[in-house]
Amino acid sequence: MAVSYSAQPKRPRVGIGRPLSRGAAILLLILGALLTVLPFYFMFVFATHSRSEIFNLPPPAWFGDHTALNYDSLLGRTPFWRNLWNSLYLAVLSTVTTLFFCSLAGYSFAMYTFKYREGLFAVVVATLLIPQALNIVPFALIMQAFGWIDSPRALWVPSMAGAFGIFLMRQYIGSAIPRELVEAARIDGCTEFGIYRRIIVPLCGPALATLGLVTFIASWNNFLGPLIIFRSAATFTAPLALRTLQGLVNTDWGALMLGVVLTVVPLLVVFVFASRQLIAGLTAGATKG
Amino acid sequence: MQARATAPPRPHATVGARWETFQRRYAPYIFISPFFILFAVFGLFPILFSLYLSFHQWQPAAGLGSMKYIGWRNFTDNLTDPTFWQSLRNTGIIALESGVPQHLIAIPLAFAIHTSLKKVQGLVTALYFLPYITSVVAVAVIFVTLFSWHYGVLNVLLVALHGLPLIGGLFPAENVNWLGNRDFLQPAVASVVVWRYVGWNTVLYLSGIQAIPGDLYEAASVDGATTFKQFRYITLPLLRPIMFVAITLTLIGNLQLFEEPYIIAGDSGGVGNVALTTVMYMYRTYNFYGDAGLASAMSWLLFLVIGALTVVNNRVFGKSRLSGSD
Repeated sequence: MAVSYSAQPKRPRVGIGRPLSRGAAILLLILGALLTVLPFYFMFVFATHSRSEIFNLPPPAWFGDHTALNYDSLLGRTPFWRNLWNSLYLAVLSTVTTLFFCSLAGYSFAMYTFKYREGLFAVVVATLLIPQALNIVPFALIMQAFGWIDSPRALWVPSMAGAFGIFLMRQYIGSAIPRELVEAARIDGCTEFGIYRRIIVPLCGPALATLGLVTFIASWNNFLGPLIIFRSAATFTAPLALRTLQGLVNTDWGALMLGVVLTVVPLLVVFVFASRQLIAGLTAGATKG
Repeated sequence: MQARATAPPRPHATVGARWETFQRRYAPYIFISPFFILFAVFGLFPILFSLYLSFHQWQPAAGLGSMKYIGWRNFTDNLTDPTFWQSLRNTGIIALESGVPQHLIAIPLAFAIHTSLKKVQGLVTALYFLPYITSVVAVAVIFVTLFSWHYGVLNVLLVALHGLPLIGGLFPAENVNWLGNRDFLQPAVASVVVWRYVGWNTVLYLSGIQAIPGDLYEAASVDGATTFKQFRYITLPLLRPIMFVAITLTLIGNLQLFEEPYIIAGDSGGVGNVALTTVMYMYRTYNFYGDAGLASAMSWLLFLVIGALTVVNNRVFGKSRLSGSD
């Protein structure tokens, strides 16, 4: 792909070089877009076919009529609506708690001057660098000791004041909200938490939306965490249920693919409405860091 | 009211005043305390505990009493375990096979989006970003069917392309056993990782390219520089800081690869264990062999590898190199 673009010959004059390279660039982009979208297309197509139709020559390229049977098979193998509900419950709790604690801490780091502020903030940012692999075994052991196995709180409690969120909120609050506003509220007798609740939160809309989306998606897609914590089909999140379906002997690929569609589509819908904000948020840590 | 105001409100007033100064003074600390409490319990303590564990022999199932100090034995056991070395090698190979193409594709892609598609930029970027917001499990399941040996879409496509004139020779004449052949499993896993992260990197690079002042390009094209030359001598050098960030993120992420190989190849690591990454092996050591000490030691060894490679990466890409002056 890269070759077709960079193999552009030397052109002394811009006037001729431009449309040529433009054409090559657009070709590259179309090819890339096709490769990106095709797997999604086949996901939808396969969800409407039976296992034997999926594994047939040639493989199906258009929608079939097996969706209802796939649906029955899916629900016969796992309580999938329950699994989706578990994912939703976990994602919503994660998001709400993260928004609250991260904006509160971000406000503190952005608007107050206090002793050790810089050092404490450096600690927050430094925790982002700890490899997750280090925490897998002790995380499992601690949750066992707490008796939090099979309980969603094992996943939303530890992450509710995450460093990334605090970083994001501090950047936003520090740059978007004038200090005079906070001072004025203080003089008017607002308590410190009152300032947070009445001034900061209402003015943080865009940053809260971004952080909320990022958190929701991370939680919804999380696999390793739920894999460690959840042990029974009734507590499985959707990705975990899919993994179990795939691991069964005699996997019903049609049903599995329908499950995949049901897991992916909610996020696709969210993405359609909020892609700009989401992309900005997901890459914020890397580009502003 | 006036009469009463003299006696009873007094203690009330001091409590109020005390609360007033207290909340003014300690509010910032209280607001940031949740992070530090949670980090202490779920971040710092586990890591110290894991360090402690790595010097002990312990089967968690047998209770705390069965913990026994054994010095460096967990480390030496890992370092003399051929499967551990194989897992490191697998991780390294898959990390390279998935890491390098990501950037080689993402940088020109970002440049192409920037130079040629101003109007639909948002839409195109969003499209490329889709795989990143899709559950890894879902992605892996989709690709397992696409990679299928006899009936997979990928093989059907490749064999059809083989029939083309001119470029046909680039494609295989018969179906490739992607998931069942030890030569192809690693590239298969790597290509799923590439597919998932190209868009993410493209967005990173695009933000870097957009930050480059436009008059640099104008000056260059007035001087007769081709688009390729502009890319080579303006974009690439000025993209270095963001390149460093992106490569660092890829490096750290790829060395901890777990979900893609785990779902595509199964928890055994597939044929000949070639998709068994170190994190997968560590998870297996803990979860199936029940050896928490050995698994902890393994995670610290991996940590050292990640740390060392990050330092190397810092040296190579961090400061002076890649500046385009060769």
